[in-house]
Amino acid sequence: MSFLVVNGLEKRFGSVEVLKGIDISVPRGGFLVLVGPSGCGKSTLLNTIAGLETVTAGEILIDGVRVNELHPSKRDIAMVFQSYALYPNMNVAKNMSFGMEMRGVPKAERQQVVARVASMLQIEDLLERKPSQLSGGQRQRVAMGRALVRDPKIFLFDEPLSNLDAKLRVEMRTEIQKLHQRLGTTIVYVTHDQIEAMTLATVIAVLKDGVLQQVGTPAEIYNTPANIFVADFMGSPSMNLVPARLDRANGVLVVSLKRADGSTTVLPLHRPSAAAEAFVGRDVILGLRPESIDDAPAAAPDDGAQRHPLEAHVEVTQPTGADTLAMIRLGGREAVARLRAETGARAGERCTFMVDMSKAVLFDPETEQRL
Amino acid sequence: MAASAVETAVRTGRLTRALIYAALLVFAVYYLLPLFVMMVNSFKELDEIRGGNMLALPELVTIAPWIKAWNQAQIGVQPTGLAPYFLNSIKMVVPAVVISTLLGALNGYVLTKWRFRGDTLLFALMLFACFIPFQIVLIPMARVLGFLGIAGTTWGLVLVHVVYGLGFTTLFFRNYYAAFPTELVKAAQIDGANFLQIFYRILLPSSGPIIVVTVIWQFTSIWNDFLFGASFSDFDSQPMTVALNNLVSSSTGVKEYNVHFAGAILAAIPTLLVYVVAGRYFVRGLMAGAVKG
Repeated sequence: MSFLVVNGLEKRFGSVEVLKGIDISVPRGGFLVLVGPSGCGKSTLLNTIAGLETVTAGEILIDGVRVNELHPSKRDIAMVFQSYALYPNMNVAKNMSFGMEMRGVPKAERQQVVARVASMLQIEDLLERKPSQLSGGQRQRVAMGRALVRDPKIFLFDEPLSNLDAKLRVEMRTEIQKLHQRLGTTIVYVTHDQIEAMTLATVIAVLKDGVLQQVGTPAEIYNTPANIFVADFMGSPSMNLVPARLDRANGVLVVSLKRADGSTTVLPLHRPSAAAEAFVGRDVILGLRPESIDDAPAAAPDDGAQRHPLEAHVEVTQPTGADTLAMIRLGGREAVARLRAETGARAGERCTFMVDMSKAVLFDPETEQRL
Repeated sequence: MAASAVETAVRTGRLTRALIYAALLVFAVYYLLPLFVMMVNSFKELDEIRGGNMLALPELVTIAPWIKAWNQAQIGVQPTGLAPYFLNSIKMVVPAVVISTLLGALNGYVLTKWRFRGDTLLFALMLFACFIPFQIVLIPMARVLGFLGIAGTTWGLVLVHVVYGLGFTTLFFRNYYAAFPTELVKAAQIDGANFLQIFYRILLPSSGPIIVVTVIWQFTSIWNDFLFGASFSDFDSQPMTVALNNLVSSSTGVKEYNVHFAGAILAAIPTLLVYVVAGRYFVRGLMAGAVKG
């Protein structure tokens, strides 16, 4: 049974349609990440769940109860804001207990809860300080503490890590993950960072221009993106999208990639979908993740990969330490291959790569939908 | 080469600096001279003023003119001095400043954090109130005061000044709250605070600097107002400015310059005091740490 349900949600500001029919549901204890480029409506969606924005059409259910008409304070939610939104005139303890005070919780109980959450987040020694006396990471903790004292049905996070530096962001990400494991509370989390989305989520919803592009587990989103936008947005470096031609050879479907010298590279498709059959003899877009192209020896362990050799020109190589990225020419486009760190590929040379076709996806060049 | 260039730069710097200071000094003297003349002569006997140099220090220091201006001088019919009118002004200024500041803050809060259709137009119209000349509102205001039955009372004057000051106080607070993070209001909403709780628990405690600015502005302009005071007050509600005018322009027989000077300084003391006391809290940076810093 779904714990949070968003049903046919629409939001209009005047004549501007910000959300166009959003349907998402999250099970109890799930971690939903709303991801998309800025202006895609993800924060607006979060605000409608919080009750800070009204909805134009559709409904929102929390634990089976329609909350459309409920005031934010009555929805049993807690929210962590991008700017932390700590009350500047109150110290940390007051910031954390303000909501309880508004709900009429007795003072002794308030102090008890604040003490418990403060020790959980290790901010006991900050309780007397004003927000202006805290560092960025400490403010982030206090903002989470303010949400935690509530023990809500749903936590809402609005880009909570985007104001932190890179190192602290990774630390806090892990901490949020631990918190979720420990508390098991349902979380809705907005970010534009696809790595945060992949690492934290149990369910990812990708939005663009107010339209839901795809909802699924991180693996579904990553391996079988619904369309070219999702394929391109999720993953870093992003998926290689190469124009190709779908043909049938010896009874199997193959894609042909044009090379600069006019010849073609032919790669067989592994488990083509039924929709792909209709595209035989037509142009398609072939999607290959960078890690599907490597230069490992062909006799690799049996991991279900369908490796096929491919010769390509290496333009530059970019060692990242853990592995080396190589920019190669593929089907007339620049493509990225993720190679081993100790690869022998050198810029300016022609090399033979192994392409794992088991995870290749095809897109319709017209509709940009996956086949 | 480089050394000489530096030397020249320093020398021209000094010369310019000297010129600037000289100019500033001239202006300072120019502005302080009237105050000096008033101070010096308010401590002189009348004879000494008439017979001698206006700029000279008193030969014989006396505080008699001050005492006379405060509670003996003939103003209107009674020899009451300025004291009761001083009290009238206080009774008018304090409520007028408090009410107009609070209403301005509330307006600013609504105009920035509870936006509604047409709010910018409404704000523009309120802003327009800052540019309406006093004279235009005299007759309509007299009608309103008569209609409300508070013509000629201190509360009538309070109403006039609140209405007239609202444009300014709203402008100050709206601009201040426009920079106040809206996420704080959202956070307080989720915490369950209502409209007024958000206002006085979250916004007002962070409004120190703008409250000081507004209070100084409102206090100074209401205290110094003459036209409304002269138009809408009775004998028993006349503010200090009107009484001072009566003291200076309607004394019998001799012009007692020393008393007039003392009275004028007495009338100016409260605004000076407000500026000296409140000006110390005229500090920025109370918002530091509310959001990412």
